Amino acid sequence: MVSLVVMPPRSAAAPFRSAAMPSYAPVTANQPLIFPVDYGSHPQFRTEWWYVTGWLTTERNESLGFQITFFRTKPDVDTANPSAFAPRQILIAHCAISDPKRGRLWQDQRIRRSGLGLAEAATGDTDVWIDRWAIKRNATAYTAKIDAEDFSFDLSLLPTQAILLNGDSGVSRKGPSPEAASYYYSLPHMRASGAISRQGSKDRVTGEAWFDHEWSSEYLDDQAVGWDWIGINLDDGAALMAFRIRGAQGEQRWAGGTLRGSDGHVQILQPTDIEFREDRRWASPRTRIAYPVQWHIRAGTREFDLEPLLDDQENDTRLSTGAIYWEGAMRAYEQRRAVGRGYLELTGYGERLKLR
Amino acid sequence: MRTPHDSRGAFTIWRVLLLAQLRESPVRLLVTVLAIALGVALGAAVYQVNSSALNEFGLATKRLVGEADVVVRGPREGFSELLFTRLANDAAVSEASPVLELEVALPGRRDTLKVLGVDPFRAATLQPALIGDIAGGLFALFQPNGIYLSISAAQELQLHPGDPLQVIVGSSPKTLQVIGILSEGTYSQALGLMDIASAQWTFNQIGRLNRIDLRLNPGNDVDAFRRKLGPTLPVGVLAIAPQVERDRAVTVTRAYRVNLNMLALVALWTGAFLIFSTQSLAVLRRRQSLALLRALGVTRSQLQKALVGEGAALGVVGSLLGVILGLAIAAAILRFLTGDLGNGQLRAVGASMRAASLPMFAFFLMGTVVASIGAWFPARAAAYQPPARSLKGGDGDFAVVARSSAYSGLALLIVGAALSRLPSMAGLPVFGYAAIASMLFGAVLLVPTLTVKGLGLVPRTRRIVLDTAVAQLRENVGLSTLSLASIIVSFSLMVAMAIMVHSFRTSFDHWLGRMLPADMQLREPLGNDTAYWSAADQAKLAAVPGISRLEFRRTRQLLLDPARAPVTLIARGSTAAQAAEELALVRSGKLPLPSTAAPVWISEALQDIYGYRIGDPIDLPLGGHSRRFVVAGIWRDYSRMFGSLVISRQAYLEATGDGGANEGSIWLDAGASASLVEAQLRARFARGDSFEVLTSTALRERSLQIFDRAFVITYALEAIAVIIGLTGVSFAASSTALARRAEFGMLRHIGMLRGQIIGMLASEGVLTSAFGVAYGLALGTALSLILVYVINRQSFNWSIDLAIPAWQLALLSLTLIAAAAITAIWSGRAAMSQDAVRAVREDW
Repeated sequence: MVSLVVMPPRSAAAPFRSAAMPSYAPVTANQPLIFPVDYGSHPQFRTEWWYVTGWLTTERNESLGFQITFFRTKPDVDTANPSAFAPRQILIAHCAISDPKRGRLWQDQRIRRSGLGLAEAATGDTDVWIDRWAIKRNATAYTAKIDAEDFSFDLSLLPTQAILLNGDSGVSRKGPSPEAASYYYSLPHMRASGAISRQGSKDRVTGEAWFDHEWSSEYLDDQAVGWDWIGINLDDGAALMAFRIRGAQGEQRWAGGTLRGSDGHVQILQPTDIEFREDRRWASPRTRIAYPVQWHIRAGTREFDLEPLLDDQENDTRLSTGAIYWEGAMRAYEQRRAVGRGYLELTGYGERLKLR
Repeated sequence: MRTPHDSRGAFTIWRVLLLAQLRESPVRLLVTVLAIALGVALGAAVYQVNSSALNEFGLATKRLVGEADVVVRGPREGFSELLFTRLANDAAVSEASPVLELEVALPGRRDTLKVLGVDPFRAATLQPALIGDIAGGLFALFQPNGIYLSISAAQELQLHPGDPLQVIVGSSPKTLQVIGILSEGTYSQALGLMDIASAQWTFNQIGRLNRIDLRLNPGNDVDAFRRKLGPTLPVGVLAIAPQVERDRAVTVTRAYRVNLNMLALVALWTGAFLIFSTQSLAVLRRRQSLALLRALGVTRSQLQKALVGEGAALGVVGSLLGVILGLAIAAAILRFLTGDLGNGQLRAVGASMRAASLPMFAFFLMGTVVASIGAWFPARAAAYQPPARSLKGGDGDFAVVARSSAYSGLALLIVGAALSRLPSMAGLPVFGYAAIASMLFGAVLLVPTLTVKGLGLVPRTRRIVLDTAVAQLRENVGLSTLSLASIIVSFSLMVAMAIMVHSFRTSFDHWLGRMLPADMQLREPLGNDTAYWSAADQAKLAAVPGISRLEFRRTRQLLLDPARAPVTLIARGSTAAQAAEELALVRSGKLPLPSTAAPVWISEALQDIYGYRIGDPIDLPLGGHSRRFVVAGIWRDYSRMFGSLVISRQAYLEATGDGGANEGSIWLDAGASASLVEAQLRARFARGDSFEVLTSTALRERSLQIFDRAFVITYALEAIAVIIGLTGVSFAASSTALARRAEFGMLRHIGMLRGQIIGMLASEGVLTSAFGVAYGLALGTALSLILVYVINRQSFNWSIDLAIPAWQLALLSLTLIAAAAITAIWSGRAAMSQDAVRAVREDW
């Protein structure tokens, strides 16, 4: 699933409800995903994201983590306004490089309303952009282009495996009530190649990435405050996605996951199959928030130890999504043996996750 | 010769002299100190109010302009949003922020609310302070009727979050909802903040913007970009440097502020003059004590220093009092008025006092220095007086000194006259003020010569009282000069100001009569961009029974030059001939106008500021195109200081397709009731209280009230000038009388009656003051010509016709003469209360 819930607080919007308020499409089971249409945007749902995370190696053999995200959210407003500026859809992009030498993230963000050809999330296929930032799917591969304040990406992402449908044929439950769910598919083991530049110094890079696309109208229930998520490309070609939704006391309210073996066999993980146990916390010197950055995880019968590429992978997106969270590259160990690399996301540790 | 003891000696003498003065005439010293204090206080208050308001205003504009590198600004009705798309895609642009900035009409209110429609995501980079404050409510802002209010707007409109806010668009009300209030530190002026999409929808501006703020990528030359961008923009859309945006408000009020500061300076100099005359008289009165000091070995320099020190001490006390008083007045004005000093241009609500210590110290120093200068002349004269002669009495060689000044006086008058012919400097009447100062000094220097000449003309009447009085004056020209000078300076300034204000008021009154020939006036809130009557509304209004004729007008703002305030375009009269009807034309073209271009009548400000002449072509950006007009005439417009243009509604409709109107003149049927018509006009609309309906009489009265309010400060200064003048006269009279005790004793000795001496004194008083008043009237009239034709014209760019407030001046003159006579008699009585023998002996 990867990502943040980009949702207006319902209480703020409530007094303004009028006749032309949008109604959001629900996530319903037994509605198979159809490609390539479902690669594209689903504007009738409240939120949606396209999310690329992965590891890159430069020609100087430097290991870096990277993350490129596009969010779409449909505000709860009157849709009758004929203005070209009417905020029918809000698009947010966030990207970061985890650079151990720098000791913290390179990051940048954009937030725009869609329209006027300046920002859009197209339907029909993956094609989402804000100004000169974009993720687009071609016949063979995805391209991701980001031209940020002091760094940039120009990557080609080539799928090497079949689409991985999470949950029940792509419907991923997020809580005890059946309405809390999303459509969710992943593309693990994508082959990444291209160039990045940091403060004008350019490097050719290769690596492996994980691609997520998820959309929903009702994500977290009222009692949930945040979640922990992992997506790991295991070295043998297997892939693991697991998440848990936390309540106010840090208790696990819901959990789920998908484990695809190197043989292609897919195991859907139930809440009881998943266990997250924190090993070590790191406190951000900027926000004083303490994040559990080192974990022991059980997914079905397998157990992994997770270690971050660097501790400080705190993301500050208060100017766009409104959230501060931790998301970063990590290595996975199984019985002290390095078995894979992936990304870890920790939300809701500062305050309950919500947009603005 | 200077010795180390010199200054200490001077200090001791200073102390003795000052203490003696203080004991002898505390009231006189007090009044002198107060005069200085008033001058300093006025200067300090005007400065303080202005700088606080300007500072506040500057801060507010800075907030609105934010971090933009370039501001693209169009006319109020805007330009297509495609320009925004184009600029947002420009490779040099890092952030483009679309803005719809409107002065919104509110029902039942005469002022408007500035509303900014922005895309908060894009404005966040450019106006971070403004947007940072609403970060918590961005999605609430997306509600199509949502509006944030600044705290001062919320207070003024008495609104709270969740309250509805009605606005007038066209002729119908729309309801917005207050989502939240911006914190005080965010924006101190009245402001509404909306989402750009909601603003476009609410105000019927779909597809339109009127401002785009640009931030460029690093490495781009901002000025070069702006210059390159300018010619590619649609007609009437300008690429403006943010500094120009920020400075505009400051520039447009500069002339007004400088004029006020000049008036304060006049008050200060008048105070200095009072010091000059009182010190001169004090020196004269104490000439024997001073001479005695000299005889006892006090050096000239010590005496001079001590006497200048006396003036300086008065200056220090007065200036200190003045600065404190000035700050208090400023605080009161800022607290209880809006800080615009009555001219209504700076709407700086809640401007807080920012007392800068340096300028206040400068005012203190100025008062002290000016007072010392006032004391320097008499001190020098006293120090150079031969002691032996002074010990014996008589008023010394003042006359000789004074007579020699006639040539420099004449020269100064000529210089002044020449200065008054010079044009303004940087839009300010600098030379006009220099001319007034020069002529004032010149005229004073001419007083002794003219007094002698004038007294020479007085025929012998063979009436002992009168002839003695004339003889006395002739022989004591120095004394007469001193008391005369204070009358002349204050009275002439007062006369000049009175004539100027009266001329202006009379011209304004005539102009109002000319501009308001109809019975009633109808108008939407002045300067608003949203309320107007469509053609259908106009028909509805015109159909009200009791109306015989209803002429509609369309007025709107046009930005001709980004560095200046916008000018007003007035579309009136259906044909060109009707457009010029009832205009207060100053000049109109005789030559047949080319039929290719429609005529435009420009106000004097357009002629003065932009340099247009009759027959010149003017290209006006209307409806996105450049339309050529030809100047057909120049008219006088007192209500739009920054200039206005009149075209026919036909020409306006052709250029813009806009048939709307926001003002109208109503002629009633005979016998129709104005209040009934008003009620019916209002009944035609859902929010009929949104527009103003006024009888022309009421509007005229209100305009004159506003006029008078704007001149309150001038009236206050006039009153102060009168008081200072009268004080000067009474000081002169009492000092002279005291100084002449010996003479009175002698006259009594040789058989003059007590009543005759008092009659003589009264005659002297009347003669002196009559001469002073006549001289002041003449000088004041001359100065008023400079005020009316040079300073007024160069400051405000409109002409006024000279009108003399004869009754007012006559009354003032008589009061002044009577006051002089009365004080002369009164001080004569006081001086003669001692017996004659003692008075004569005192002289030996």
